[in-house]
Amino acid sequence: MALPLGLSIALQHLSHRRRQTLVSLLGVSLGVAFFIGISSMMQGFQRDFIARIIDVQPHVIVKDEVRAAPRQAVERAFPDGAISLRGLKPREEVRGIRGARNMLATLEEVPGVHVAPALSGNLLLRFGGKDVSVNVTGIQPERERHVTHLEKDLLSGSLDALYTTSNAIIIGEGIAAKAGIRKDDLISAVSPVGVVLKMKVVGIFRSNITLMDNFETYTLLKKAQILQNRANVINRLNVRLDDVERAGPLAASIERQFGYRSEPWQEQSRNVLGIFVIQNAIMYSTVTAILIVACFGIFNVISTVVFEKTRDIGILKSMGFRDKDIRRIFVLEGLIVGIIGTLIGWLIGWGLIEFMASLDFKMEGFVKAQGFVLYRTPKHYAISAAMAIVSATLAAWVPARRASQLNPVDIVRGAG
Amino acid sequence: MAGDAMNAIEARRLTRELPGPVPVTLVRDVDLKVNRGEFVAVTGPSGSGKSSLLYLLGLLDVPTSGSVLLHGHETAGLSADDMAQLRLARIGFVFQFHFLLPEFTCQANVEIPIRRLAALSDSQARKRAEALLDSLELADHRRKYPDQLSGGQRQRVAIARALANDPPLILADEPTGNLDTRTAALVFELFRKLAHDQGRTVLVVTHDAELAQTADRRIHLVDGRIIS
Ligand SMILES: Nc1ncnc2c1ncn2[C@@H]1O[C@H](COP(=O)(O)OP(=O)(O)O)[C@@H](O)[C@H]1O
Ligand SMILES: [Mg+2]
Repeated sequence: MALPLGLSIALQHLSHRRRQTLVSLLGVSLGVAFFIGISSMMQGFQRDFIARIIDVQPHVIVKDEVRAAPRQAVERAFPDGAISLRGLKPREEVRGIRGARNMLATLEEVPGVHVAPALSGNLLLRFGGKDVSVNVTGIQPERERHVTHLEKDLLSGSLDALYTTSNAIIIGEGIAAKAGIRKDDLISAVSPVGVVLKMKVVGIFRSNITLMDNFETYTLLKKAQILQNRANVINRLNVRLDDVERAGPLAASIERQFGYRSEPWQEQSRNVLGIFVIQNAIMYSTVTAILIVACFGIFNVISTVVFEKTRDIGILKSMGFRDKDIRRIFVLEGLIVGIIGTLIGWLIGWGLIEFMASLDFKMEGFVKAQGFVLYRTPKHYAISAAMAIVSATLAAWVPARRASQLNPVDIVRGAG
Repeated sequence: MAGDAMNAIEARRLTRELPGPVPVTLVRDVDLKVNRGEFVAVTGPSGSGKSSLLYLLGLLDVPTSGSVLLHGHETAGLSADDMAQLRLARIGFVFQFHFLLPEFTCQANVEIPIRRLAALSDSQARKRAEALLDSLELADHRRKYPDQLSGGQRQRVAIARALANDPPLILADEPTGNLDTRTAALVFELFRKLAHDQGRTVLVVTHDAELAQTADRRIHLVDGRIIS
């Protein structure tokens, strides 16, 4: 009784078409629940991944590369000419960052910036008849500990052992498992230039980033330079920032100033970030598809009601209901389905999240994880509600408009 | 404006044509004046334009030419919303079929126009609907749904609904068409009372010549024209 008139008429219509209404309600709920559940899971994973990257990886890496191929002398001479060069042979360059020490000193002056030099290359590890091809990075432990996560990731041993033990090496957990290597084992290391060293494993780390644990090893910078036969060469500067937001601008300014390719973390992980974009696009299109189906349901119910209740519409208009009063009744019906569907969907979505949270399993993809990492935010509830309610209203709009345009004279005359 | 001197309804050269390859004229050059409180019967053969005239006078339809004045006010040029508002507050329609909303109780049906007008509070609306149903001897049927009532009872509920916002004008299109003779006479008597006791202006379309005799005046239509 206390319900507003339009609302009570709308509710009457919907309860009259109960089964159809329930089906469209279910469609809306499904779309909303799916969105909430899946986006919590996906964003949980994505945010966790990004947090780990920011935590573990250098925020900026300066590489011994330049972004664009160097311009040829003839191109510099005729900047406007249409020049085609064939059979170009690149000059053998001694790779490495020239003036790295100078750069290091300059960057270290900047407050909030920590820099560690590195030389990375390939290495073959031999142990007990097994060969493992790995990546070896020469580091300076006293700088490295301020820049990467390595020291915190050590399962056993210490970073300083690289100083105190000669020919010391730290290896990833995956490598250790693959070759059956344990701490303090002696292994042979063969470099691509043919240097062979007996090295002692002084530490094993686990970053939980699968690729790193299976392929990365660390030794002293000096030792790496010997292994690669590249005395005094540094081919990477790893930079960590107190404020990760500065990564982009800082990388750009380093590149401008020194010419070397500088990648902020977003660029280093662009493959994965690109996958995230695709993931999100897939999720949004799936939800949109579900909602479109739900909208057809809503359109259907309301069209049926308009058809069945043509007489009522005519009499209401003859009584003095305006076009917009009639339209409001039917739009309200869509809105009711949208809102109730959203509320049910919220509940199902919430249940879905809690269910996923209760699952316990091991997963190894980009990263190792235990169960789902779920991101719970009111934003997902708000977005799903907005999508559901807007589309439900739009679906109701078409039949509502038709209802409002019915001519009462045709109806009362036709029935008489 | 002087109330008594003014006609409740005045039609001036009222014409309604349906456009089309063969245009149909529903109402032709009708001039009509009905006094306030007058009880008028509209008669004529089937298809003579009685309903069409009623729709024009009740602002449910718009004339092709000519105009309708209600209580001295020109209605030509009013917007659709303004016309709806006038129908809501000033005009009560009763049709041959009761047209009650089947999912609503009689009480709720009568409340619909009151609540749409929204001049009364919800509890006042309820009281007014109760009083109307009581006055039409439907007190016992308030909570019933239309399909639980007899034809005469339903038509009385429809009349109660037409009276919901206390309109000065009642337009009825063959309201007794589906009723037996005795019930029809009772309903007709009711309309007479609405005019004579309550001062409303009442136009009733009827086929029944005998009932028409009980009205203050008869208007006879043939082919969309008033003959007498
Ligand atoms: N939409 C329409 N198209 C064609 N003819 C119509 C239409 N509506 C009414 N008519 C015709 O107009 C005439 C007047 O109709 P109506 O006003 O209902 O007459 P009455 O109520 O006196 O029976 C009738 O001949 C009817 O057939
Ligand atoms: Mg008729």
